[in-house]
Amino acid sequence: MATIEMANIKKRYPNGADVIHDVSLSIADGEFMVLVGPSGCGKTTLLRMIAGLEDITGGDLKIGDRRVNEVSPKDRDIAMVFQNYALYPHMSVRDNIGFALKLRKSEPGEIKRKVEEAAELLGLTPYLDTKPRQLSGGQRQRVAMGRAIVREPSVFLMDEPLSNLDAKLRVKMRSEILKIQRKLGVATVYVTHDQTEAMTMGDRVAVLSKGNILQCDTPQNLYDHPVDQFVASFIGSPSINMYSAQLSEGAKTIRIGGEYVEITDVVHIAHPNLASYADSRITVGIRPEDFELVDKGTQNSITATVELVEALGSELLVHFNTDAKAVVVEGAKDEEETILEASGAGVARIEPRAGVKAGDVIGLRPNPAVMHFFDVNTELAIY
Amino acid sequence: MKVTRVGWRRYLNGVNFGVVVVILFVMLPIYWLVISSLKQPAALGATPPQFFPNPLSFANYRDAFSTYGFGVYFRNSVVVTIATTILVLFFGSLAGYGLGRLPMRGKSAILITLLIISLFPGIAVVPPLYLLERTIGILNSYQALIVPYTAFNLPFAIWILRNYFQGIPKEMEETGRIDGASPWRIYWSIVLPQALPGLFTAGVFTFTAAWTEFLMALTFNNSNSYRTIPVGIALFGTPFNIPYGTIFAASVVAVIPIGILVFVFRKSVVSGLTAGSVKG
Repeated sequence: MATIEMANIKKRYPNGADVIHDVSLSIADGEFMVLVGPSGCGKTTLLRMIAGLEDITGGDLKIGDRRVNEVSPKDRDIAMVFQNYALYPHMSVRDNIGFALKLRKSEPGEIKRKVEEAAELLGLTPYLDTKPRQLSGGQRQRVAMGRAIVREPSVFLMDEPLSNLDAKLRVKMRSEILKIQRKLGVATVYVTHDQTEAMTMGDRVAVLSKGNILQCDTPQNLYDHPVDQFVASFIGSPSINMYSAQLSEGAKTIRIGGEYVEITDVVHIAHPNLASYADSRITVGIRPEDFELVDKGTQNSITATVELVEALGSELLVHFNTDAKAVVVEGAKDEEETILEASGAGVARIEPRAGVKAGDVIGLRPNPAVMHFFDVNTELAIY
Repeated sequence: MKVTRVGWRRYLNGVNFGVVVVILFVMLPIYWLVISSLKQPAALGATPPQFFPNPLSFANYRDAFSTYGFGVYFRNSVVVTIATTILVLFFGSLAGYGLGRLPMRGKSAILITLLIISLFPGIAVVPPLYLLERTIGILNSYQALIVPYTAFNLPFAIWILRNYFQGIPKEMEETGRIDGASPWRIYWSIVLPQALPGLFTAGVFTFTAAWTEFLMALTFNNSNSYRTIPVGIALFGTPFNIPYGTIFAASVVAVIPIGILVFVFRKSVVSGLTAGSVKG
């Protein structure tokens, strides 16, 4: 059991490439911390630096009260689960799980007991004497977990452990990993590129981009109060709708495309700095569920042409087009989503039996109280 | 597999016919070798040729061992070949691991140099090596052959094993590091077991090369008690008599170990050769 303290951590490769700029982050004992970001943001490198598999070129890393920058991986009291599981193919499940204990020269009886305990916890008991290649993906994943658990480390490090599993199994393993982590109460750093995974698993989530932590907060706070456009559009599925907009009449209304939406006083109280952007261009972000379906031409609504309707049963995802200019944040969205939104507009999440179909022209009234405003130049949120 | 035709007819098709032709082409000399070793001297040159030895005779085998001292050559070959194979695998796997995995400068230069060495014509290096061994005083000994055999078989082994090591996911070693295994332990318990097919491949090739090498064996060891099989057999003949039957018999015995080796490790040998080319 231990905390992890990162202070101004930097990573520069010998070829001069800076991959981690200046990361400071503290992880409490027993906390489940998720590092999330698009590929190439440095999240895996950061994890590997905590593990000791990559050198730290600047700053301090503390596990517990000990500075471990130069401590070798085996002496950091950590366990790591890799994306490809890295099971030893020539060893049985039992030997795989017990390997670390064997290296520590634990008593054979104790190894047996601990391995069987871990297997019990993970539902691997019937497979203890099989080889990894005979196991399914999910079982292999569990063996990798078992290998980490038996060592009773003070820190768990997990590098995209679920990305090789199919969607259904991933959801299942998500809760299993969480359950185990809660049970053991070990500080965990979990790397993923999947924001859903990050949101559902993390006590706190750190969003990384280009070697910086943009924001680290609870999933709900990330969703409700993103610090910038990147976080806003990375977190949430479907992604937030962002449009280029213009404040007018001081800052009383906001023009999105050809339509005007009134900005109430509540908004100004929540975002006092908005006044200083009076009559200038900003970027506005509206979450899909913050639209209300109204008749075309209703006041404070934007007019949208329905392009595609995804009926999910519990809700309708309405892909629409407006005359507003969409703002796309590079790297923050899945490719899949980008293709869906190629029409250039946005998504609204509305109630399931609204009877909207492709080709309809509808009105969508955004709720100004939960709108997000961003500076056009810095892309930072305006408070 | 779907079987539509029954009995031997299902083996009767174009592809199989081609295979049979190739097998006949390859096997016929070996067949001739084996049956000739079982013939009596008079039957060897008989016209028309005998396709089955009649009468069957094991005299040639007895002669090879008793009259011509084939047992000594066989023992020498076993010692030299096994020692060479062990040394090549030991150094080759370490070097291959280093070149495949460790952060080192000039890796490709080393690999190319190795390749060049392995392409050197043997005849060009035999005279200087002879002088060298004479100066050191190791002519007529096992090490006179073991040392150069090891040197000349290493490049190929290193290449094969390097490819193999590169195919092993790095995360396995990293897991080992986190689990507290020393570099030697990682190499021995994690990496090497997974490179076994590569070791078999390199081993079989080294074994075969050392077992059949002639030029150095002839040059460096001219004392009868250190001669290996190829040289021994070649010197069976005298100006007055070439004992074909005995030579055939000795050759058959000489082929057996390699035959067994290749048969046992045939799967590994193929997978070892293709390692790295196809992601498994």
